[in-house]
Amino acid sequence: MIDNDVVTLSRLQFALTALYHFLFVPLTLGLSWILAIMEAVYVMTGREIWKRMTQFWGVLFGINFAMGVATGVTMEFQFGTNWAYYSHYVGDVFGTPLAIEGLMAFFLEATFIGLFFFGWDRLSKVKHLIVTTLLALGTNLSALWILIANAWMQNPVGAEFNLDTMRMEVTSFATVMFNPVAQSKFVHTVSAGYTLGAMFVLSISAWYLLKGRNIEFAKRSMTVAASFGLASALSVVVLGDESGYTVSENQKMKLAAIEAMWETEKPPASFTAFGWPDVAERKTHFAIHVPWVMGIIGTRSLDGVLPGIHQLVDEAGQRIESGRIAYAAMLRLRADRNDAQARSDFDAHKKDLGYALLLRKVVADPAQASAADVQTAASSIIPNVPVLFWSFRLMVGCGLYFIALFAYSFWLASKRRLDAQRWYLKLVLYSLPLPWLAIELGWIVAEYGRQPWAIEGVLPTALGVSSVSAGQVLFSLCGFVVFYTALAVVDFFLMRKYVRRGPDGLGIWPEANTAAGAVS
Amino acid sequence: MIDYESLRLVWWLILGVLLIGFAIMDGFDFGIAALLRVLGRNDEERRVLLETVEPVWEGNQVWFILAGGAVFAAWPFVYAIAFSGLYPAMFLLLAAFILRPVGFGYRNKLADPRWRSAWDWALTASGLVPILIFGVAFGNLFLGLPFRLDAEMRMTCAGGFFDLLTPFALLTGLISIAMLLAHGASYAAFKADVSLAERAGKVARSASLVFLVLYLLAGAVLAFGLPGYAIVSPIHGDAPSNPLLKQVVMQGRWFAGYAAHPLFWFAPALALAAAVGNLVMIAAKKYFAAFLASSLVCAGTILSAGFALFPFLMPSSLDPNSSLTVWDASSSQRTLGIMLVVVIVFLPIVLAYTGWVYRVLRGRVTFEHIKHHLGY
Repeated sequence: MIDNDVVTLSRLQFALTALYHFLFVPLTLGLSWILAIMEAVYVMTGREIWKRMTQFWGVLFGINFAMGVATGVTMEFQFGTNWAYYSHYVGDVFGTPLAIEGLMAFFLEATFIGLFFFGWDRLSKVKHLIVTTLLALGTNLSALWILIANAWMQNPVGAEFNLDTMRMEVTSFATVMFNPVAQSKFVHTVSAGYTLGAMFVLSISAWYLLKGRNIEFAKRSMTVAASFGLASALSVVVLGDESGYTVSENQKMKLAAIEAMWETEKPPASFTAFGWPDVAERKTHFAIHVPWVMGIIGTRSLDGVLPGIHQLVDEAGQRIESGRIAYAAMLRLRADRNDAQARSDFDAHKKDLGYALLLRKVVADPAQASAADVQTAASSIIPNVPVLFWSFRLMVGCGLYFIALFAYSFWLASKRRLDAQRWYLKLVLYSLPLPWLAIELGWIVAEYGRQPWAIEGVLPTALGVSSVSAGQVLFSLCGFVVFYTALAVVDFFLMRKYVRRGPDGLGIWPEANTAAGAVS
Repeated sequence: MIDYESLRLVWWLILGVLLIGFAIMDGFDFGIAALLRVLGRNDEERRVLLETVEPVWEGNQVWFILAGGAVFAAWPFVYAIAFSGLYPAMFLLLAAFILRPVGFGYRNKLADPRWRSAWDWALTASGLVPILIFGVAFGNLFLGLPFRLDAEMRMTCAGGFFDLLTPFALLTGLISIAMLLAHGASYAAFKADVSLAERAGKVARSASLVFLVLYLLAGAVLAFGLPGYAIVSPIHGDAPSNPLLKQVVMQGRWFAGYAAHPLFWFAPALALAAAVGNLVMIAAKKYFAAFLASSLVCAGTILSAGFALFPFLMPSSLDPNSSLTVWDASSSQRTLGIMLVVVIVFLPIVLAYTGWVYRVLRGRVTFEHIKHHLGY
């Protein structure tokens, strides 16, 4: 039987460390391209201020990058430390993109980050620009491979269960790599990072304009951020819609939960713009429906059916019954490998084996499960509806706001009136936390919405844990909270200090005689 | 397609290559961090020492990340059991890995001496702790780890953190410390301002001497003291990866592999000869050659341990039949094949651009040097 305390604590620890890691990574993703753009302008125009912009934003990039690296190692450790059975069960498939990420992406970004900072005097202009570009490419390739791995958790294609080794094994790596979920997730996630990077530059520059400092520096930075941000914000919303479409294909429950759609509607389904999902009554009160919209987004058609939560629970019940046959056949095969009847039973039902594993959280032996146990297990596939409902709406609201804000910024930049309106600058400044909020909510929708599955339809999260004690996990969790809080304080303190010093205070622009601003 | 048995052997060798890459590349920056307060007597000296590794440590660390990812992909059983079975040790290691980036990144950001001193201590710990843990972990491989697998391949591990600290494991921990302090000090001797070279050379010399003594001592313990493990059922190199299909007993010594494959002896010979070479080159003030020698010490030491354990990757003291070996702990044939292609394509590219970066950064880091850039 699974120790539920270990499951809860391990999940909490994973969520906290992933959400924390995800505070830093998106900024790295976006800011690295902004650095490359600024430096490209420097190389093309030869104007010193663009080099200095690259260097100043580069210092802030470095402070953030260190945290991204530090908290990223945790993630690689944690699959093994806390999710050992998961690692065994899917390592054959899931490990490969992680290893490729190391070889193809981490080496690239980690090798060139050093030269980015230490290579200004040692490299020609063009070579340094190449280094910066490779750095940006490395960070983005890393997002690609980790999202291929993640997409496989959402949509486990190209793999099959092997009875001899008791795990999932790759049948087609190309299918894993070209998983449609991976593609939509990648573009959506990196666009979100670009939007965050753009907002970061835009907001800090707005603060300089409000203070009347670094005017030329800030205006140029804002122009870059506004154009880059507008393209990114458009892409994050449009491609987020693509992401929604791929979810509707393979994670119908996640979509139904996001929509708090309890009953299957007659197509095309309506979109619930607002409402109050009530889990106890399995109803959504005060719902305001926009007709047709959901059906069109979710199925790209007028007659595609989007199943509601109740229907999906019923279907899960049937798959659990089918999975139990596979589970029983597996036990018979373990006793006698040559049992032909058991082999054919197993092969006929193995696609539902994961559903039988849902019973393991309810009863010790799935073979002994009663009808009520099956019902309990089937209902356990409903994720937390209100959390998904609200997280999704807040995220989308932020996304639409970003489009408007960046579009207005872009218009101001093209009219050269960025510093004309104080209210605008203040609005930009106070919008700084919003991309972070949207990004964390996006993680919650994607990953909390995947529950109770670690691998959709294949492995329930609860079964993936390590055989460690609850006390050990509690200890490491507390350690993370203390350690990460301390680091967050240090990171925030340094970031604020360097922003306040600014290009002028650091001697970056206007150029000071002693250039050692950052170290003196 | 290459047959399964050969693929497993190749992946066992690749694992060795990655560990050696990690020990050589990340080893010297661990060593520098651990010796920061010993080699650097004031802030200027420490900044010079740090700058010898600041532009490159991040890339070096990827050798560890890659080794972890490759073990996950190619040896998932090993990944799962090593990380969950050594839970508290892994978190200690992780704490060091979290401190390193912020330590390197933030130390020079403020001039306050208390700030810098605090980060110097953090960096020292972040260098020393991983060296010790890796050494202790290697020692425990020879002793066997207390885990067992059930029919579902769920692993349970007995024993806590302090059970890892047996005398033999502490001995291997000290070997690891001596080896990488010598390596780090040799690096400092050729890379840091020339005024620090002599001090670094002295540290390298002492560390190499300690290494020689302890390495021979560990060899003696393995030859005369510790029992080895052996597979007593027929071996099928191409069987599915299920560790429970074989029988293992504790018998003989860990030197059985050396008796069967005399070629293996080149590894311990390399470790010893290279350590002597390091001493000679330090005495001759040929510091770069000393660094190459200490790199070969890392290679020889890791190979000699891997050869002694072969075909075991991770023996189990609790249930020897659950032991993980080269023949039954790998991924599927398809995954090993794909990963091999990926390594063959990308590792040379990585080595090429890493080489280029080191060439760009060649030359000693002088006191003059640290005054002239923005820092990191």
